[in-house]
Amino acid sequence: MNDLTDFKLSRRDVLKAGAASATAAVVPSLAGAQPSATPSNASTAAAPVLAKVSLTINGQRHQLEVDTRTSLLDVLRENLHLTGTKKGCDHGQCGACTIMLDGRRINSCLSLAVMHEGAAITTIEGLGTPDKLHPMQAAFIKHDGYQCGYCTPGQICSAVAVLDEIKQGIPSHVSGSLTERPLLSADEIRERMSGNICRCGAYSNIVDAITEVAGGAA
Amino acid sequence: MKAFTYQRATTAAQAADANARTPGARFIAGGTNLLDLMKLEIETPAHLIDVNGLGFDQIDATPDGGLRIGALVRNTDLAADPRVRKDYGVLSRALLAGASGQLRNKATTAGNLLQRTRCPYFYDTNQPCNKRTPGTGCSAIGGVNRQHAVIGSSSACIATHPSDMAVAMRVLDATVETVRAGGATRVIPMADFHRLPGDTPHLDTVLEPGELITSVTLPRPLGGVHIYRKVRDRASYAFALVSVAAVIQQDGTGRIAVGGVAHKPWRVEAAEARLPQGARATVEALLAGAKPTKENAFKVTLVERTLGAVLAAAKKG
Repeated sequence: MNDLTDFKLSRRDVLKAGAASATAAVVPSLAGAQPSATPSNASTAAAPVLAKVSLTINGQRHQLEVDTRTSLLDVLRENLHLTGTKKGCDHGQCGACTIMLDGRRINSCLSLAVMHEGAAITTIEGLGTPDKLHPMQAAFIKHDGYQCGYCTPGQICSAVAVLDEIKQGIPSHVSGSLTERPLLSADEIRERMSGNICRCGAYSNIVDAITEVAGGAA
Repeated sequence: MKAFTYQRATTAAQAADANARTPGARFIAGGTNLLDLMKLEIETPAHLIDVNGLGFDQIDATPDGGLRIGALVRNTDLAADPRVRKDYGVLSRALLAGASGQLRNKATTAGNLLQRTRCPYFYDTNQPCNKRTPGTGCSAIGGVNRQHAVIGSSSACIATHPSDMAVAMRVLDATVETVRAGGATRVIPMADFHRLPGDTPHLDTVLEPGELITSVTLPRPLGGVHIYRKVRDRASYAFALVSVAAVIQQDGTGRIAVGGVAHKPWRVEAAEARLPQGARATVEALLAGAKPTKENAFKVTLVERTLGAVLAAAKKG
């Protein structure tokens, strides 16, 4: 009767189930809050608002209907189950949620999904696959550019964008001259990667990995 | 986050009208500050008007040799524009000293001007704050206030304005162009754009409710050496303790504005006449009447030393 397979829940399934029950608990309480609120305060318990949005993520088009409050990060993780993009601080301070939006890196936590109708998004899942790693992914593995790995997808997305920004000639805070092309140096990489925090402190190996992909000495 | 309704505006006049018509409406562009504050329920708009579809994303030459920067030009694009890098280096440098690459890719010119303070008590909804909830008091006065204002503050608020870009815009004497409901436009000099806190610290700027920034215009280039020097607790991705934006001419005259010391970018034109006499004489006039707290008294010295370093660098060219 106790078929063991019933209990073969992965850690992620357990987390998902927890999130689902949390959601179930929140929805009735929100609905219930409206009538019980004092009349003058009724607007503070406004019902969720749904809106449609279409996004192209890693080359695949998705039509979605989401709560207007949903961040791009939550659409990726909760609606589309693309859990490679990580939620760290959820306030634009840590960079774990970094994705490419129309070719430019952004913090997906500080962006509403409904504001990006028709946008093209690339996440860590779109950069490479376990069989065909992006050169930046391979370099992070080779140089041990992580310990726990939680910040890594954001670091890698950011690193790919950094090399593109240097290639485009976009200056940085440490660029010696504003009118000459920025150099590809460790100082430039450190400054440009400052929006990605690594709590394990794998920074020196991250700089080595990025330097190698850029074609410099590791 | 509180629930809100959402619309995409297609013209500036329509956006301004919708804002005036809809209670609790706010404009949203990059969203990097507003969404952060909405998550903490410091900002609780009932309706968001997305202005990203309005255009305003170009940088155009003006007839008198300046540059008109669209309100929606992203911080990255403004900092990287070849004309800005060549003729308004202090602005490029200020932008590049702020935030992170990811944030600069989203943040807009108008949104940067409209950033709210990073005072920790403004962010902590369990604490009194006159800027967040008028009339509740100021927790920073007598609290932890190392980061706070040393001049221009009031008994109601000692918060600072966090922007680097705005300090450069002030030294360049930029002007802010806006549109209001009904289509009326106006031009606001940067000197008048941000307010001092007085007894209404919840008002950061002179914008009226529903007034929309359409562009920011730089006057013709000033020449000289452009420097933005920012002093902070980390080498990157931190707000300024103090910063100095400077345009210094070969003869030692010039202009300076200071960030991190007041509720607005701090510039005193009369003090600039003392620049050829050096940093100490200039800062005596620039920060005359300063009322630092015990914790942030160091900022007065730090402004003098930072300006000293800026003037030495300017001499080298």
